[in-house]
Amino acid sequence: MLLIAYEQYNKYGGQELMTIPRRTFLQTTIAGAVGASLLPHVTFAEEATASEVDKLTAAITEKFGADAKAEASDKISIKAPEIAENGASVPVDVTVDLENIEEITLIAPSNPTPYIAKFSFPNGSAGLLSTRVKMGKTGSIAAVVKADGKLLYASKEVKVTIGGCGG
Amino acid sequence: MAKTKVRAKLKNGITQVKVLVKHPMETGSRKDKKTGEKIPAHHITEVTCSHNDTVVMQADWTGGISKNPYFSFNFAGGASGDKVTIVWKDNTGGTESVEADIK
Repeated sequence: MLLIAYEQYNKYGGQELMTIPRRTFLQTTIAGAVGASLLPHVTFAEEATASEVDKLTAAITEKFGADAKAEASDKISIKAPEIAENGASVPVDVTVDLENIEEITLIAPSNPTPYIAKFSFPNGSAGLLSTRVKMGKTGSIAAVVKADGKLLYASKEVKVTIGGCGG
Repeated sequence: MAKTKVRAKLKNGITQVKVLVKHPMETGSRKDKKTGEKIPAHHITEVTCSHNDTVVMQADWTGGISKNPYFSFNFAGGASGDKVTIVWKDNTGGTESVEADIK
């Protein structure tokens, strides 16, 4: 950006551009160049992850009540594509290595309706569930598992190239 | 014409059930591109799976499940030849019950 401005400056022999006060010209150009190169990468990435967790917490509270607290667990593994070409059908496999699994709830915090489905197993599950879900845009897909009366969750980021909620 | 396909397979004492339903799964928030009007919601809300009259899986669904839903899960127990029944209901009153033998 700075380079282009400099080239233009040269092209016009500095004459036309000199009508703009020199200080203002430099300030705006430099500010613009610095802003464009630095800001988007750094801030966006961090904000997206933080809000994703907040949204998930909000969705869990809405579904399981204000007292419900889910803990992250490495006993739950989610298999989903890193990049989903079609958000209308994202295959999700949930494997749970826990005893007494009562419920498995699927939540996509970035969807217009975050709560996708709840599968409950009155007689216990052998720890495997797979299905295909819709994802409106890039975000995470989380599985909240109720086992032994405790809530545990795991989530996985999925990049969606074409959204699958609404038109 | 059944819209639901069910397969149940026994392996090492665990039965894996695979289900494929032919269903539009409309969320109700999608718009018709030509008319601009909303397409009414039409999705499965409840799925129950029983093994010999015992409920082994009960699911509540929203429109967040993909069109023509597929899902699979497993449960401990079951024997070859046992019956597995899948019953689903949708928000417009549609329902179907399909039975399969465990292989």
